[in-house]
Amino acid sequence: MQPDFNLTGKLVVIVAAMFGFGYLLVPMYDVFCELTGLNGKTTQTAVEVTESVTDRRVAVEFMATVNQNAPWEFRPSVSKMLVQPGKLYDTTFFAKNRTEQALIGQAVPSVAPGQAAKHFQKTECFCFTEQKFDPLEGRDMPVRFILDPELPAHIETVTLSYTFFARQQLVAETSVIGN
Amino acid sequence: MSHTADAHHDHHAAPSGFKRWLFATNHKDIGTMYLVFALVMFFVGGTMAMIIRAELFQPGLQFVDPGFFNQMTTMHALMMIFGGVMPAFVGLANWMVPLMVGAPDMALPRMNNWSFWLLPVAFSLLLSTLFFAGGAPAGGWTMYPPLVLQTGNAFPFLIFSVHLMGMSSIMGAINIVVTIMNMRAPGMGLLKMPLFVWTWLITAYLLILAMPVLAGAVTMLLTDEYFGTSFFNAGGGGDPLMFQHVFWFFGHPEVYIMILPAFGIVSQIIPTFARKPLFGYESMVYATASIAFLSFIVWAHHMFTVGMPLSGQLFFMFSTMLIAVPTGVKVFNWMATMWRGSMTFETPMLFAVAFVFLFSIGGFSGLMLGITPADFQYHDTYFVVAHFHYVLVPGAIFGIMGGVYFWMPKWTGHMYNEKLAKIHFWLSAIFVNVTFFPQHFVGLAGMPRRIPDYATQFADFNMVSSIGAFVFGVSQLLFVYIIWSCVRGGEKATTAVWEGSHGLEWTVPSPAPHHTFEVAPEVP
Amino acid sequence: MRERFRRIFQGAVYGPLFFLLGVSTAYADWELNMTRGVTPISHDTFDLHMIIFWVCVAIAVVVFGVIIYSLYAFRLSRGAQPDIAMVHSTKAEIIWTLIPIGILVAMAIPAAETLIKIEDTRAPDVTIKVTSYQWKWHYEYLGDANDPFVKSNFGFFSNISPESNRARQLGSGIDVFQVDNYLRDVDKSVVVPVNRKVRLLLTSNDVLHAWWVPELGGKRDTIPGFVNEMWFLAEEIGVYRGQCAELCGRDHGFMPIVVEVQSEADFAKWVGENGGAVGGGPAETPDVVEGTVAAAATGGGAGSAEPVDMELSFDDLMARGETAYLTNCSACHQLNGQGLAPAFPALAGGVITTGALDAHLDQVLNGKAGTAMAPFSYLSNTDIAAIVTYERNAWGNSTGDIIQPSDVQAAR
Repeated sequence: MQPDFNLTGKLVVIVAAMFGFGYLLVPMYDVFCELTGLNGKTTQTAVEVTESVTDRRVAVEFMATVNQNAPWEFRPSVSKMLVQPGKLYDTTFFAKNRTEQALIGQAVPSVAPGQAAKHFQKTECFCFTEQKFDPLEGRDMPVRFILDPELPAHIETVTLSYTFFARQQLVAETSVIGN
Repeated sequence: MSHTADAHHDHHAAPSGFKRWLFATNHKDIGTMYLVFALVMFFVGGTMAMIIRAELFQPGLQFVDPGFFNQMTTMHALMMIFGGVMPAFVGLANWMVPLMVGAPDMALPRMNNWSFWLLPVAFSLLLSTLFFAGGAPAGGWTMYPPLVLQTGNAFPFLIFSVHLMGMSSIMGAINIVVTIMNMRAPGMGLLKMPLFVWTWLITAYLLILAMPVLAGAVTMLLTDEYFGTSFFNAGGGGDPLMFQHVFWFFGHPEVYIMILPAFGIVSQIIPTFARKPLFGYESMVYATASIAFLSFIVWAHHMFTVGMPLSGQLFFMFSTMLIAVPTGVKVFNWMATMWRGSMTFETPMLFAVAFVFLFSIGGFSGLMLGITPADFQYHDTYFVVAHFHYVLVPGAIFGIMGGVYFWMPKWTGHMYNEKLAKIHFWLSAIFVNVTFFPQHFVGLAGMPRRIPDYATQFADFNMVSSIGAFVFGVSQLLFVYIIWSCVRGGEKATTAVWEGSHGLEWTVPSPAPHHTFEVAPEVP
Repeated sequence: MRERFRRIFQGAVYGPLFFLLGVSTAYADWELNMTRGVTPISHDTFDLHMIIFWVCVAIAVVVFGVIIYSLYAFRLSRGAQPDIAMVHSTKAEIIWTLIPIGILVAMAIPAAETLIKIEDTRAPDVTIKVTSYQWKWHYEYLGDANDPFVKSNFGFFSNISPESNRARQLGSGIDVFQVDNYLRDVDKSVVVPVNRKVRLLLTSNDVLHAWWVPELGGKRDTIPGFVNEMWFLAEEIGVYRGQCAELCGRDHGFMPIVVEVQSEADFAKWVGENGGAVGGGPAETPDVVEGTVAAAATGGGAGSAEPVDMELSFDDLMARGETAYLTNCSACHQLNGQGLAPAFPALAGGVITTGALDAHLDQVLNGKAGTAMAPFSYLSNTDIAAIVTYERNAWGNSTGDIIQPSDVQAAR
């Protein structure tokens, strides 16, 4: 009839493990996203590819968004391209710092539909690193991409969207709004 | 932990005054404190609900500004879930589980004390934010980023109070599991335990598995806000949606944490007043366990509209619909228990019968919400508000009220005022429907939830709903009066209290003495 | 008021009855059921909703029927004797496990079929990028020379209409029943062609929102940093109204969505009037288009077409400024200019609004980095001139300054 501290101890271990599991969900989620294309996340590192051109034509749309009204101009140089899966293409996005201070930003890619995400491969992208801009500097930033020929046949249009985020510190300061 | 190893039950007279409560280790005292605390929070959260319904009485903004309205909806949910329903269930478990399994007390009485006293601290922290310059949290009880990161000074208080509530629940749950697994009287086999004990055992495991995940999720929010991590910030490589996944991984088991003990209470009450054993006891246990298991694989049905792969939508739709099966088994078993019984309708039975009807309505709307394409229309509308209030108010809260009326004579030694209690029941049962049934209609007609003001085509049903809410709210004062007068006096309760009562808790005198089952009872 | 109570009484009596009969009532205000909508998906969704509803009703009739009969027949006061031996029946338990499973599988099949249709965003005729802001929507029509309707990008913000916005202020004293489409009206609607597939690409500037017009079927969240897709094909010309459906902060209830479905000809005309190139011969530079400029769109409202050298009187500027302020500024700085401490400073007696004019104009045009103050350079010169004039002369700010559109142009 005395309490069993063995069981209590086990339960405490389970609690600690579940707390850890909460954190484990983070990398699990990333793997899950990669497998399923949830959210249209693409890989954030350059891939090695070899071209193997197919006859298919797929439309690629480009979209640019600035987060939290950050003081950037940001737009795709070309709004739409007709591409052949398996072939490398280059395009650029134009960004301009509209302030008289140096700014650092990070572009975050997202692809719609989500299943296309893992087939949208980039060998070069301004989104791989943070981008620093001098006051009032504007420049074209390159993306080199290839659509994997494995892209599911029912996909006819792929949208590549970049959202430009000001560096975190700036975001943190803007955060007290709205309640 | 070792210092609690010598925890024993003091045989000297119980300390009097505030020390009796502050240093309480007796399961009955702690149970009472939990129940009183839950009742206070029920009224605090209820007052917020009244403010919400007053503002929604008519279109246009009459009383509060939209920011304050959002604080009210957020705080109402936090108060009711973490302050009202969960502590009330823990309070009932504290009182009744040792009595039902023939144990002298909870297994870990000092931790029991601690887990209770964390709650007033947590809620004082949370309620204090109402007086801050930026106001209380207003991003919804679901705390979705990025919105919740705009909370302002109340933010760390929100996170810290959720941590404390979580710790309290986890400790309470550990205590209950250890009590049930180790403190049962000889002969009280697992499959002889009353169903309330069974449902609480499963609930406690759910708490142990789910609450730490919530703690992890809100900790990530905290470090995102103050320590430069980017779990949920897309700009830093994170994803705001991941919070929803982690949150609902906790959140859906949480839904069952708030209903399984009510299933248990109803499964005690109905056989008592039908004078007939519970039908399908074992299938009830298995159904409860299946619901608990399924609750961990359905979370994404709360977030169908975020855009997920087709395969994900199909999986979560099917798994969600599956939950209807064990839930249906429970309802059918209650139905079969009443069939060929010999029923009387004292207040606990009235609440239990209303529970079966009205919870089923909440279950039906839940089934509808599980159909993903239809959910794209229902999601985040008043249809959802109607759904979860049907499972929580005439579900969880009617379960608690039924339990309180059922066991109060055992706690106080007096019968409550049956006539007033029946009035309380009928007012509650009628006006809970007046309040929440029309919300199905406005939701289907397109009124989103969490809005302080609405288009004029929703005006009439909202007025009906508000009138229902006001009467329901005022009726609950009667509940307090009935409890108060039952504590003060009344007809003496017998040991068995009810004609059809069955179980160890009905073998101790009424009121239950401070110490019970110091010698393990014989289990028949 | 009495009239409303009478109608409420009627509704309370007839409402549930009509609902159970599945009949839609004659009272528009007593709308009981989901809209059938005007798109194939909304029709499918409605049908699924009705099937599952009737399934639930059927189960309820059986289960509740048995319980109600028991409550009547098996009561002590009628001398019922409990059948204590009745504790278990494997047969019954298997039956009431299998029947629900069968029903659920039967339900899941049509639901899955509809889901597959919903996910098929292929071959749209019009693509619109929807960006949510606290608390307004931005629409950008994406076009190129090969598109059937929209040959170049153009976009605009869509705010709650000034009439609704005035009436919804706390204690406004305005009878909201007299406001047309209260809270469901905007200053500029989205226009789409009838019987054409419209695809939306949804993202957000700040927090989560959700785009929802019930008649067009379903909603979709907008998520900062990510792009979501949905589509609809409206089969009837008309105006369809909805609103944001995901809690997005203080003014969540005040960001309506209005979609006007027009004939193809009317739509083409509307596109032309709003800055998008339409129809005609082959465009010279099909792929290279203006694109978005920062948070704003290229095309402004009608105001941007106004000549820069226009001179307005103080009273005209103040009147226009009041409305433009209401639409663009009042969500944060409040209609009375008092702001909301601590995030949104008061403009009444504010340092900027009563200080140097250049700094004021600069802040409105370019925003203030590191704060919630967004750049409003996408507004027309006239609107900005009116807003700045208004801010410098309202609520006891009596600088007496008059700002003309040409001043704004010079400051750009």
